[in-house]
Amino acid sequence: MAKITFTTHDNQTFDVEGEEGSTVMETAIKNAVPGIEAECGGACACATCHVYVAEEWSERVGNPEPMEEDMLDFAYDVRPTSRLSCQIRITSELDGLAVTVPERQG
Amino acid sequence: MTAPIETDVVIIGAGPVGLFAVFELGLWDLKCHVIDILDKVGGQCAELYPEKPIYDIPGFATITGQGLVDNLMEQIAPFGAQFHLNQMVTRLEPQDDDRFLIETDAESRFLCRTVFIAAGGGSFQPKRPPIPGIEAFEKHSVFYSVRRMEDFRGHDIVIVGGGDSALDWTLNLQPIAKSLTLIHRRDAFRGAQDSVNKMRALVDAGQMTLKIGQVIELGGSDGNLDTVSVKTADGNEDLNCTRLLPFFGLTMKLGPVADWGLNLHENLIPVDTEKFQTSQPGIYAIGDINTYPGKLKLILSGFHEAALAAHAAKKAASPDERVVFQYTTSSSNLQKKLGII
Repeated sequence: MAKITFTTHDNQTFDVEGEEGSTVMETAIKNAVPGIEAECGGACACATCHVYVAEEWSERVGNPEPMEEDMLDFAYDVRPTSRLSCQIRITSELDGLAVTVPERQG
Repeated sequence: MTAPIETDVVIIGAGPVGLFAVFELGLWDLKCHVIDILDKVGGQCAELYPEKPIYDIPGFATITGQGLVDNLMEQIAPFGAQFHLNQMVTRLEPQDDDRFLIETDAESRFLCRTVFIAAGGGSFQPKRPPIPGIEAFEKHSVFYSVRRMEDFRGHDIVIVGGGDSALDWTLNLQPIAKSLTLIHRRDAFRGAQDSVNKMRALVDAGQMTLKIGQVIELGGSDGNLDTVSVKTADGNEDLNCTRLLPFFGLTMKLGPVADWGLNLHENLIPVDTEKFQTSQPGIYAIGDINTYPGKLKLILSGFHEAALAAHAAKKAASPDERVVFQYTTSSSNLQKKLGII
């Protein structure tokens, strides 16, 4: 298990446990974190699970693949650490990960 | 207006469940016309995840979205359903003779006794970018497609996006624009390389502008746009703009289904689990768009619903006929319909 902290745009925080091998998006949905819609169910086909990875975690989480970059074009207010949370797979390395949920999804 | 097409069944939605309904209805000799808003069959399977493997289709350890659609098209080929793509059903109305009149935005019209709504998550429609106040400018200055190029002549045009739609319209509208700016959030494009090269050549020749950034604000009044504000790496910048074309892909919206007088529950259509019929006799709803106790949004559930709804539709359409259930493995009657014997 890895601890993940979601912070919403209005500064509510959700500390939840994410299972290794699952994704950050799945963890958000399972724990009813507001603001993550995941319309397509994790197919990297919609850009409604957009999150901002905290600066200090950005390097460890890594950069999006080209397909994810393409989908991020459809997201709202994309920033340098923007990722689609369905494409971040949880490993023990990510224990303590912090992400912020944008004000709205696409 | 041309006379409506008369048929047994109109299926709204050409996703996997709509396609399989052609098969089940075909076994009962019911002829189908299928309408879909996309320019291809397959619904979400073809549009959202053609390359993605699906692991829970009975009998297939793994199959891609497009693979499933291709197989379904082969399976239903004997029934000769007719497809009406690239159009959205805008009207569905009961007639005095117990039939339904269906109209699409491409002015196709149908008269049928039975309607199958297999519209999944609704219709794919252009995504509205989340720019504050954009609704007020829609249809006056903000458009999600180009119906008539002339409406754009002599305007300060801003196009947003990095795919083929954005690039194609950049190249098509640049010659008739007063000015044209393409805005994309990064200096890499998804569209065809040839279009990217042509666009860059126009930028080099000073005939259009490329901005790397995101639109954050619109300025204007009474639906008429004057400026767009762009957030770039160098700060915010205002551009003159009287026509804005955002290309942010497609999203699923329930759309006109909500206007057909059917009972709805949280944007889904409640049905019974014997016939999968809606609150309107003769209109059935199958697949992701329906809801009932225990509903699971699985393709395999949609297939089951198609089989039962087709049986119910046959009984309703031929009340005096003895409807005999048969198997494709053993019935020579069914095998004839399938073209096997």
